[in-house]
Amino acid sequence: MRQLRLHKSFAYMNQIVEVINLKKVFGENTAVTDASFTVKEGICFGLLGPNGAGKTTTMEIMEDIIAPTSGKILYQGQPRGASFREEIGIQFQHTSLLNFLSVEETLFSFHKLYQQPEDLDYLIQLCDLNPILKQRNNQLSGGQLQRLMLALALINRPRLVFLDEPSTGLDPQSRRNLWDIVRTIKAEGKTIIMTTHSMEEAEYLCDEVAIMDMGRIIAWDTPARLIQTHCQGSSILLPESAFKMSLDDLPFTWKHRDKTIVLKTAQVQEGLTKLLSLDIDLTEMTIHSPNLEDVFLYLTGKGLRD
Amino acid sequence: MNFKRMWAMFTARNHEFFRDRAAFGWNFLFPFLIIIGFGLIFGGKEHQQFKIGVWSATAQVDFSKSTVPLSFQQGKYLQFIAFSSQAEGEQKLQHLKIDLLLDTQSPEHRYWINDSSPQGYVAEQIFLASLQDKSTRLADKQVIKGVQIRYIDWLFPGILGMNMMFSALWGVGYVVVQYRKNGTLKRLKATPLTPMEYLSAQMLSRIFLIMFTIIVVWIGSNLIFHFQVHGSYGVLALIFFLGGLSLSSMGLVLAARGTSEEFTSGILNFISWPMMFLSGVWFSLEGSPAWIQAVAKIFPLTHMLTGARKIMNDGATLADVQSECLILIAITLICLTIAARIFSWNE
Repeated sequence: MRQLRLHKSFAYMNQIVEVINLKKVFGENTAVTDASFTVKEGICFGLLGPNGAGKTTTMEIMEDIIAPTSGKILYQGQPRGASFREEIGIQFQHTSLLNFLSVEETLFSFHKLYQQPEDLDYLIQLCDLNPILKQRNNQLSGGQLQRLMLALALINRPRLVFLDEPSTGLDPQSRRNLWDIVRTIKAEGKTIIMTTHSMEEAEYLCDEVAIMDMGRIIAWDTPARLIQTHCQGSSILLPESAFKMSLDDLPFTWKHRDKTIVLKTAQVQEGLTKLLSLDIDLTEMTIHSPNLEDVFLYLTGKGLRD
Repeated sequence: MNFKRMWAMFTARNHEFFRDRAAFGWNFLFPFLIIIGFGLIFGGKEHQQFKIGVWSATAQVDFSKSTVPLSFQQGKYLQFIAFSSQAEGEQKLQHLKIDLLLDTQSPEHRYWINDSSPQGYVAEQIFLASLQDKSTRLADKQVIKGVQIRYIDWLFPGILGMNMMFSALWGVGYVVVQYRKNGTLKRLKATPLTPMEYLSAQMLSRIFLIMFTIIVVWIGSNLIFHFQVHGSYGVLALIFFLGGLSLSSMGLVLAARGTSEEFTSGILNFISWPMMFLSGVWFSLEGSPAWIQAVAKIFPLTHMLTGARKIMNDGATLADVQSECLILIAITLICLTIAARIFSWNE
């Protein structure tokens, strides 16, 4: 059994994928418009957005599964060549496998499709497929199928891995397991481009994220910088009953949320000091630091999407 | 063309087919049932072609006081059906349920026919001939010598061919469309596999399954009917192999772009039914209009069955069926090239 291969020398500076002025039109519906961004080699890049934002379309154009209406994709600075499919791994959001094949046979079949495939024992261990090797594909649970799909995405030692909503429908244990695998393959130096609806997942895994809405890229940066840019300060939440003074005298910007008072502060420490000086009971206090979900909702709004 | 990738797809498809027990079983059962059925219907020595209605009070065929000549009563290929009344017999004749209606008691040999029935016309001529004195007949009867070909011997290649056609068109055409619809093809598109490799693997897998099916069905049916093969089994296998390839490649063209199972099903029916009737599965097109015979030559099944019957029934050699072989190879190459050109992995 091979040990995990760790490549500490991967260069963060090289761009592995460049998306330039991408546009995709389906009939009268424009799915993606003027999307441009770059992905550096060795990072985990997240493509976020509400339903119908154009994430999967953008992903599939990058994967060379569908053709763009206009714009171009560069892989390592060049148009994608014949070797592109040997160097990428894809886990689709919606796909299927031959029903009556076992997990083991499916792995063998895909293994034979590549020139330099991954060691199967390593993949089976990495994706925890040993207990289900003899099971047929149509007998797998959602989590087991996702693990198999991930193994197939990694079967050719890809340099670039696309994961389209990899954790959708998984229970918390399976999701955590998936995250561990993603971190492991990232530590091996692979570049990962993923779409997700889970802001927790994006914040946990992604070095950079691009937020899409209505087919456009509306923000693109590291999660920390996006939070810093779009959601400054923290919130201190206290029950109304904690205040024995008039709220108008508070030295904070504040608002009511049910029977809770939400105080905005640039610095949590400074805010707490002020509250203590006002002799306010902090027993039931909650502090909320802004996260990627706040940024996402701030940028894309709270309205429902299809 | 990468043969390792093609082999991977070939074995995967074979595993899939052999494990789908319903589809697997039906592929053997269907031709076997048809052969048994037709063997029972046409395999017997009594092949009653014409239905002659008679009436009597007991609604049973009774020639005891009949004026019908004995030669007609005992005629070959005649089936007598009794009715309780003349009116009932006339109604059956009107609806073409019988070919001729006879009054068996009539001294004038009264009979009725339906003018729109070709069968009725022939039955009438047989009846009129039976009324003639044998000594006045002018024709000189001769009988064909040698081994006679039974209808089942003639029909058997047709039934095998029909099964091959359905297996190739539906097993390739319909299945590939299903794979496209459920995203199996999309997953394969993400690999270095090319359309030509994938389609060739599908075609070879299907021909492997078809040949396997033919061998099993042949052995099983031969135990019952003892088919006569006057030519070489090797050449016969070759013509079936080439026929299977051409039919499968036709299935690939249909599968190349389809995204709707319902639409594909309609197209498959649109092609398979005319092919079945015009390729000579059930009856020979000898004597049919020239344009129908010309249309029939479009279908690979026509050439396969012509070749197979020449080998089985006439003892033809490879040289005798080379034109059929070349046509089948040409159809295969043309269809495979078209399918690879227009093939789409995506829905």
